[in-house]
Amino acid sequence: MNTTWTKKNLLGLEELSAEEINLLLDTADSFKEISTRAIKKVPALRGKTIVNLFFEPSTRTRTSFELAAKRLSADTVNISVTTSSVVKGESLVDTARNLESLKADIIIMRHGISGAPYFLARMIEASVINAGDGSHEHPTQGLLDLYTIKERKGKIKGLKVAIVGDILHSRVARSNIWGLTKLGADVTVVGPPTLIPVEAKRMGVKVCHRLEDVIADIDVMNILRIQRERQQGGLFPSIREYSELYCVTPEKLEKAKKDIMIMHPGPINRGVEISSAVADGPYSVILDQVTNGLAVRMAVLFLIAGTKPGEN
Amino acid sequence: METKFKSKIMDSQDLHRALTRISHEILERNKDLKKLAIIGIQRRGVHLANRIRDIIKSIEKVEIPLGVLDITLHRDDLFIMIKQPIVQKTDISFDISGRDIILVDDVLFSGRTVRAALDELVDFGRPATIQLGVLIDRGHRELPIRPDYIGKNVPTSLSEVIKVKLKELDNEDEVILEDII
Repeated sequence: MNTTWTKKNLLGLEELSAEEINLLLDTADSFKEISTRAIKKVPALRGKTIVNLFFEPSTRTRTSFELAAKRLSADTVNISVTTSSVVKGESLVDTARNLESLKADIIIMRHGISGAPYFLARMIEASVINAGDGSHEHPTQGLLDLYTIKERKGKIKGLKVAIVGDILHSRVARSNIWGLTKLGADVTVVGPPTLIPVEAKRMGVKVCHRLEDVIADIDVMNILRIQRERQQGGLFPSIREYSELYCVTPEKLEKAKKDIMIMHPGPINRGVEISSAVADGPYSVILDQVTNGLAVRMAVLFLIAGTKPGEN
Repeated sequence: METKFKSKIMDSQDLHRALTRISHEILERNKDLKKLAIIGIQRRGVHLANRIRDIIKSIEKVEIPLGVLDITLHRDDLFIMIKQPIVQKTDISFDISGRDIILVDDVLFSGRTVRAALDELVDFGRPATIQLGVLIDRGHRELPIRPDYIGKNVPTSLSEVIKVKLKELDNEDEVILEDII
């Protein structure tokens, strides 16, 4: 492990090298143990100020980042848009510059518009971590999925991974695809044609429209949430019809490998994209993903806080 | 930092004898073996701790719990180091509360590593005692810390470095003194 981390920001997995991704995963592996201690805290980021700036709702990601920062002894501030001056019409840059004037070192942002964190990173000195931007990327979710697969399977290279559901609107899918393909996994996206983006093949993945065509062959299935908040375009006839074809149930898993891993980034819509029996069943690693997310975010905060001013 | 060989301080046999003596001293001072545990500081301290545990096992036929401590996140120079630190694993899978802990490292120098280790250890529980064992004490302490068990005292100047090589990591056992050039 000779790679060093030099990036001021974490905006997406697309721009990371395989070595940088592995450095993040290895560092996360060392951080995982901290959360099992009697006193779950280390002083590494003492004196650093970290702001959670969330323009979209979130439970898991925001809490995970906040706890990650706190376990590293950083000071954290949470800003959710509904209670901030954004509702008075303040622009993104003005909000961020004000946070910077309060000497924030790292701004973690979730935003509904793809590319917003890139824009922010260009405008301010503080580090920016993308916690999900529109339907573009969600790099820490991608990393925690990679970590969970590596932890369970011992490797990523050569594994057959299916990402199932609404690929079109999914930032989780994009970050997973970049990360998995860089580390040598064989990725297939599965979903109705209207929910598969045209650029899927350019990203180096196979496309399949029927779950039953891939089920017997795959090692890992990452099931995406049907994002009701982004479904106004009539891209499939009804939730019920979608579930009929794509909801992962014990019956559909009958032909699957005995050690298949079932993943889901949460929050889950039980009975829509995954049945309760599968979500709570023996193949599911959904709660491991949450535990690992904390370790991964600690590693991200630690490495980013360690970059020197002027690095990029 | 470039260095040049100056002298050999210990060979493989010297190293083994020093660790054997330290093991006997540990047993002499800690009568209740059920309370004893050894924790090595990453990386070479871990291998030395492992060897001390093996020697104690061969003398007393008891298995002493072994832990591994990485102090990177507790360093006082964390973000001012020239090279980016690599965070290694910490693994202490037993309760340290009430135990006599032997903390093991290869070289004792400024004492800052031990300070970090002491700070980190108390986050795991409240040991009865923490004792310090080092293979080489080279002096130049910057903090009020002293070892309980010493393989060898080596008076050094600040323009010298001590290199501890261990079979587990470096294919051979020896301790050498080098000049910074």
